[in-house]
Amino acid sequence: MNRKRREVLNTGGGAGLLALLAAAGWVKPETALAQAWNKAAFESHSMAETMKELGGGEPAQSKDIVFFQTPDIAENGAVVPIGVSSSIPKTESIAILIEKNPNMLAANFDIPAGTEPALTTRVKMGQTSNIYALVKADGKYYVAAKEVKVTLGGCGG
Amino acid sequence: MAEPMKIRANLVGDSTEVKVLMNHEMETGQRKDAQGKTIPAWFIQNVTATHDGKTVLSAQWGPAVSKNPFLSFKFKGGAKGDKITITWVDNKGDKRTDEATIS
Repeated sequence: MNRKRREVLNTGGGAGLLALLAAAGWVKPETALAQAWNKAAFESHSMAETMKELGGGEPAQSKDIVFFQTPDIAENGAVVPIGVSSSIPKTESIAILIEKNPNMLAANFDIPAGTEPALTTRVKMGQTSNIYALVKADGKYYVAAKEVKVTLGGCGG
Repeated sequence: MAEPMKIRANLVGDSTEVKVLMNHEMETGQRKDAQGKTIPAWFIQNVTATHDGKTVLSAQWGPAVSKNPFLSFKFKGGAKGDKITITWVDNKGDKRTDEATIS
């Protein structure tokens, strides 16, 4: 493996990295564009900052966003199952934010038409915290929160 | 080279339920090794699922997603025997693509 190229790839990050990948022919340009990684959003520390980087304003509280398969108490913070479903029409994306993690944004899912706005994954939680599900539907943002208590943290250690 | 993913795709009613288990360290960049040096972050950044040439789910992940990530979702339009393809790319530029048949 060419060491110089490794360095370039490592430091490039985000869009730069994908541009390089596209140039190298590893990913098709159109895929690369769709896959750009929102570095600023993932490095933000507060709800307001994250919202700004995701391109939305103040989200509205919504009862149409439901957490399922999500525990009230997680014994192991390294593996916390999270299920989020949205019954808001025209749901375009679902983001999972964990308030007390070093960076709030954990994952952002784009939901194309035809895919159900419901998914499950597993995340790490440093400590007991509120989890926010941020849903973008028809250009507007909605949010719901749930507290998950963690008995053993999953970050650091 | 990264280990293969485990993908299950089942037709339930008129939608296809997809479950994916990936093999990845998902190192946060927050932990330190025995010498007190920070272990560099190493995690999956992008995940794309395609069916019949159409993207059915795309995701951007941060290091807060658990080690050996699990993901499940449902989409409409799949049929038995169709292929579903999942690709991930991590922050080091490694990528892996696996496919499964809907049953």
